[in-house]
Amino acid sequence: MSDLLSAAFVTVFIASVIAQAMPLVLASVGETIGEQAGVLNLGIEGVMLIGAYSGFIVTLTTGNFWLGMLAGAVGGIVANLAMLVLNVWLGLNQIVIGLAITLVGEGITSVLYLQNNAKSVTSLGTAPELSVPFLSDIPVIGPAIFEQSAIFWIALVLVVIAGLFLAKTNWGLSTRSAGQKPSSLDAAGGSVIQIRSIAVILGGAFVGLGGAYLAAITTSTFTPFITNGLGFIAIVITMLSRGRILVVVITSFVYGFAVAIGPALQVLGYNVPADVIRMIPFIVVILTLIIFARSSVVPPALGTPYSRGAR
Amino acid sequence: MSTLTDPEVISLREITKAFPGVVANDRISLDIVSGQVHCLLGENGAGKSTLISILAGLQQPDSGSISINGVEAAITSPRASVDYGIGVVHQHSTLVPAFTVLENLMLGESGVMQEKKRAKERLDELSELLGAELDPQALASDLGLGQQQQVEIAKAIWKGSRLLILDEPTSMLTPQAIEHLSESVERVKAQGLAVVFITHKLREAYSMGDCVTVLRSGRNVGHISVEELASFDEHEAQESILRAMFGEDINSVGDDAAELAGATEAVRETRSIDLSSRPVRLELDAVSSRGLGRDVDVDGISVKVHEGEILGIAGIDGHGQGALAEVVAGQRPASAGSLRFDGEDVTKLGVRGRQHLGVRYVTDDRLHEGTVGSMSVALNLVIKRIGERPFWRFGQIQRKVVDAEALRLIGEYGIRTPSPATRAGTLSGGNIQKILLARELTDGARLVVVNKPTYGLDLKTVHLVREILIEFAANGGSVILLSSDLDELVELSHRIEIMSGGKIVGSVVNDKPGTAEKVGHFMTGAIEGAQ
Repeated sequence: MSDLLSAAFVTVFIASVIAQAMPLVLASVGETIGEQAGVLNLGIEGVMLIGAYSGFIVTLTTGNFWLGMLAGAVGGIVANLAMLVLNVWLGLNQIVIGLAITLVGEGITSVLYLQNNAKSVTSLGTAPELSVPFLSDIPVIGPAIFEQSAIFWIALVLVVIAGLFLAKTNWGLSTRSAGQKPSSLDAAGGSVIQIRSIAVILGGAFVGLGGAYLAAITTSTFTPFITNGLGFIAIVITMLSRGRILVVVITSFVYGFAVAIGPALQVLGYNVPADVIRMIPFIVVILTLIIFARSSVVPPALGTPYSRGAR
Repeated sequence: MSTLTDPEVISLREITKAFPGVVANDRISLDIVSGQVHCLLGENGAGKSTLISILAGLQQPDSGSISINGVEAAITSPRASVDYGIGVVHQHSTLVPAFTVLENLMLGESGVMQEKKRAKERLDELSELLGAELDPQALASDLGLGQQQQVEIAKAIWKGSRLLILDEPTSMLTPQAIEHLSESVERVKAQGLAVVFITHKLREAYSMGDCVTVLRSGRNVGHISVEELASFDEHEAQESILRAMFGEDINSVGDDAAELAGATEAVRETRSIDLSSRPVRLELDAVSSRGLGRDVDVDGISVKVHEGEILGIAGIDGHGQGALAEVVAGQRPASAGSLRFDGEDVTKLGVRGRQHLGVRYVTDDRLHEGTVGSMSVALNLVIKRIGERPFWRFGQIQRKVVDAEALRLIGEYGIRTPSPATRAGTLSGGNIQKILLARELTDGARLVVVNKPTYGLDLKTVHLVREILIEFAANGGSVILLSSDLDELVELSHRIEIMSGGKIVGSVVNDKPGTAEKVGHFMTGAIEGAQ
């Protein structure tokens, strides 16, 4: 038993937590940007899938993981354009559009995959790793954290930048006011449509990136419905985090822990049924909701299309 | 910014703006001169707010022009309006409650980073100019209304304005805060800015304004120039404004015209009653409530309402008035304490049970909670008696009986509707309020809770609604009147309790002049105490 809790095991476990958490971090940050501006994107599951498939197919054909991630972001933006045009510009119902995007995303990616890639089992291999000098020599933690793909570090930097932008810039202030009270932004001479458009595009990029990370880095492949509800978990995390990026990151890692603990238990020799293992992350989410959902505060203008003069 | 020696003139010419079914502004022309306070008077729906929206760039006029010192100004967007130096303090707060004072002020700045240091310096400058003390880190939602308004003014002149527009700035303020506001306006004026001050209270127009323009039904129906206003004594000024405000309606409103127009200090109009000789109708004993929402709940409230008494509840919006009304009506359970109605414990009784005893509630949310807009006037009038005889028999609606009852109430309360079958949502706010009052006050009402009963109504309906409440009380009914309009409370109530943060913080017997000041004192005290 204690042999199994060896250094190697802990190293793999930590790396696995990170791999499971990162797609969720990226998707939740994307959803947060949208929600802070007042756009609730229930289509995030579909956007993630589209990002994941674009990331997968581009990595597969070019062999370049960086191009794959870029394709994932672009795919996410394209998917979010539906939200941009139909909701932000035309003022249609966000819930209906969101669910439609989810269904479309699930359908399109499944069809494309089954049509093009289902015949052979495809693994993308692992992305080239970046060994951080000195830090990667730390026992146990070093190889777990500091021998990640460079994509991990860039993703982390993007998340930090997004957090700083929301908190420190005038753009962030305008974005938050578009979700809190769009009429105030309008009266102050800002453009609600413009701010929300930017937020939807940026949010799409992050969510798509999350999908691509899931396909290219975490699982090294694509399968239909690969997200398996991850998008909806991102919505939950977003609502509980109230726009605080640090909280988004922490709760995402709790989820990553819940996903990684299952296989770890099996490795440790506990005979846990596979079904139970698959349930663990969702049980954690449900428990989190029961305990913390009361404190979830969404921006007051969330889900409401803005039209001037309507009170 | 211009100086006093070189007055700047903003001229509006023939401004016309029509909405479907109503001409909100009909060829309005007026001149706004720097260093002067130009008062715009008129009742709800006279077109004041539309005119302001046009100046703020939120609406575009159908025709007409605006020029500044003879040069045409195209105010095509709020941004353009800000660039022309026009700052507006809207009637409805434009502050973001979850933002700090500083964040609110910085909203709309260009540049990438938030420049907090520079913003703080500008805030200090403006605080000094306004004579106000504003904490840059305080959340807007934690400020009292008077302070919020100071922040709004600072925001309006943030970028160095030439024109400051105040849209009904006094409607929710205590007398003390109004005084503070008028000092700030004087200081702004002394800086050489033009000020447009919109109000429906005559005495404010007279005390603050250098000149007055009166709007009625979208038209400019009277202007008193600076020289004229200076030469008039208060009575002459009142007379000429009243004539312009009411026109031929002045006879129908009669002696109350001056009062409705807020010409004088409000005084009680209700007949005085001897409280000690009257039986207690409703008694709340240390009642608290606990809702799931984020609104303020009532917290250990004890009040008594007697037979034939109108009890006013004063307080700033959102300090638990809604919860109190719902606790009395039975819509929100009391988590502690007890309610006794005519000596009977009704704490555990539900909405319908209390209705049968005669407890009624007129909500402030007329359009959503109060009525079903897509249903007929007739159904709305009996909606609280669903399933009860004689309107329903064996689950079947009795259309004839319902229509007969509807026609009776429509006649009695003067509800202006084409027919009982008309959809309620198509009626005006005043008529919808009459539907609510008719429904609640009929069929054995003994106590009615009214929440902001005259908010947003035209003056004639305001008058009517107040008459209805006074008459109800005179016939032995009890009224709990929740309002943020101090004048209304003073005119109707026998006693006024002041509510703040869900608690009763003071009580004033309304039997001599100066009630408004006393109530205002408690309200300000409560706000300061909370901070």
